[in-house]
Amino acid sequence: MPLGERRGCLMTRYIAVRVCKAILTVLFIWTLVFVLSRVTGDPVDWILSEGGSAEAIAQVRHNLGLDFPLWEQYFRAFGDILTGNAGDSYYYARPVSDLFGERFIATFTLGALVFLVTILIGIPLGVLAAVKHNTILDRLTMSISIAGYTIPNFVLGILLIMVFSLYIHVLPSGSYGTAAHYVLPVIAMSVGPTASVARLTRSSMLDVIGQDYLESVRAKGVNEWVVIYKHALRNSMIPVITILGAQLSTIIGGSVIIETVFAWPGIGSLIVSSARQRDFPVVQFGVMMICFSITLINLLVDLSYSILDPRIRVKS
Amino acid sequence: MIAMETILDVQDLQTYYRTGKQVVPAVDGVSFRLAKGEVLGIVGESGSGKSTVVRSIIRLLDKNTTRIENGRVLFRGKDLLKLSGRELRGIRGKSISMVFQNPLSSLNPVYTIGNQIQEAILTHESMSRAKARDRALHLLEQVEIPSPELRLDDYPHQLSGGMQQRVLIAMALACQPEIILADEPTTALDVTIQSQILELLSRIRDERNMSIILITHNMGVIAEMCDRMLVMYGGVVMEEGKCTDVFASPLHPYTLGLLASIPSLEEEKEELYAIPGQVPHFNAPVSSCRFCSRCDQVFTRCREEEPPFIQIGDGRFVRCWLYAQENETNNG
Repeated sequence: MPLGERRGCLMTRYIAVRVCKAILTVLFIWTLVFVLSRVTGDPVDWILSEGGSAEAIAQVRHNLGLDFPLWEQYFRAFGDILTGNAGDSYYYARPVSDLFGERFIATFTLGALVFLVTILIGIPLGVLAAVKHNTILDRLTMSISIAGYTIPNFVLGILLIMVFSLYIHVLPSGSYGTAAHYVLPVIAMSVGPTASVARLTRSSMLDVIGQDYLESVRAKGVNEWVVIYKHALRNSMIPVITILGAQLSTIIGGSVIIETVFAWPGIGSLIVSSARQRDFPVVQFGVMMICFSITLINLLVDLSYSILDPRIRVKS
Repeated sequence: MIAMETILDVQDLQTYYRTGKQVVPAVDGVSFRLAKGEVLGIVGESGSGKSTVVRSIIRLLDKNTTRIENGRVLFRGKDLLKLSGRELRGIRGKSISMVFQNPLSSLNPVYTIGNQIQEAILTHESMSRAKARDRALHLLEQVEIPSPELRLDDYPHQLSGGMQQRVLIAMALACQPEIILADEPTTALDVTIQSQILELLSRIRDERNMSIILITHNMGVIAEMCDRMLVMYGGVVMEEGKCTDVFASPLHPYTLGLLASIPSLEEEKEELYAIPGQVPHFNAPVSSCRFCSRCDQVFTRCREEEPPFIQIGDGRFVRCWLYAQENETNNG
């Protein structure tokens, strides 16, 4: 087989294997969510909290589709989520998709901003620390970053609210609406990921910075900026992309907590309140949406390796 | 020989490494001239400073640990050691380019070889990408890479070691430099490929009347390729001369040792000769002959005073007290 064709074949297999793994992950999470939400108790107890006749209970169960055998519920509900028709919320008595649709923008814009800050500050900071290795600048950046990723984001969030909202009244403490509302939650959420991306970029760059090929690029008369940002950075990106994928997952998952701290009307706070109310359709749909996006991110991360480093295309 | 135009004039170059409080004189007062179209060999063991000499010429040194303390490197009358970063980048890869020892690790694994050759071109000349690609293709043809149009989009790991070295040479030739600095270009390759690469370099030199500084620890490579040679040890030049002269009548005990350690097919030797001991570490300033601890003809003066670089004949120099005495008696 010609080299190009063989490479194409390997690439197809590589993608197929990753996609299969992704599907297995989704099925596993679905099982977990389904079982766990039902273990917490019966939503009917909560809906008819005053108590009710056996008939009334049976009627509610029938209306909610809870009278089917468990295995049937398992497949039905999963099918519903896949087709995008996730049913109605028990509590709000409105379509789940509407509830999520209303809150999606708030969560998405917050997450996207946090991710952007992580990349645009974390990577250049790490590069700077690596290039200025062992100077004061390097040590300063790295000590700040240790502080940055050790502090939990909800603690930082509360501290920020205390300082900027309660003491000096410059920024709102919560809710959603204007650009000013974004400032504190974005800072609280992005400090941790930015710090770990900066640290990883630095150590990964340090591995690359002594490589012979950078000398040979310099010998061509290329300026130092291109040496670092074209040649060194791309070679050090694989571990960084991996951690970025993980950080994005943390951002998506972490929104559940931060949205509660900042009274942010997003998907995270919806899932938290619905879990308390055993609102199965909402919890299931919300968790599965998070699961799908994280699986997709991991899949993209895996595929990006072979784009970043051509040697991976042939090896795998 | 007709006096040839000097293209590079290195004067009293001193490059020191600093590790902690130690100062290591990697290059300690090296001077030489390179003529147009000449191949100058620099030979010596590992740690003799030969690589640091050529890297100092285009200042391709780690700024944190290495400093050029003294000296001048005159290229077309300009001192390269005094150029600004920007002016220096204009020289690197355009007028003076470099070929490295380990071809695979000297190519960036994540860019195609076409991309890397084009970068060498586009750094110094403004032209369209398509034109640069044509030039890259032409360069690959010149370094005798088979079916270059297919190779242009290959990544370095897809080529053999010999092909990778040809790519590095193509990259070095990209802007038609006047000088190529070749730092052990064949050390990492197997023997048959070595001779092909050396032939290629010779041919390019002949076609373009380029000058080459060839670093090696292999006396055979020097004999095959070079017009003149420097023998380096401990950061200084021990002997200098035309290759024919040095091979016919080596002067310095170190050169004799190097020549004796070449394996020979004619003589049946039980054991290969090796110069006893290892290259010692020096601290500046040095106040003895640097070779005295390993020399079989050592005497008192060698341990007390560093010998000067003594002229023996036309373009023939040696740094050894043995010849100083001779010189003095001759003069007296």
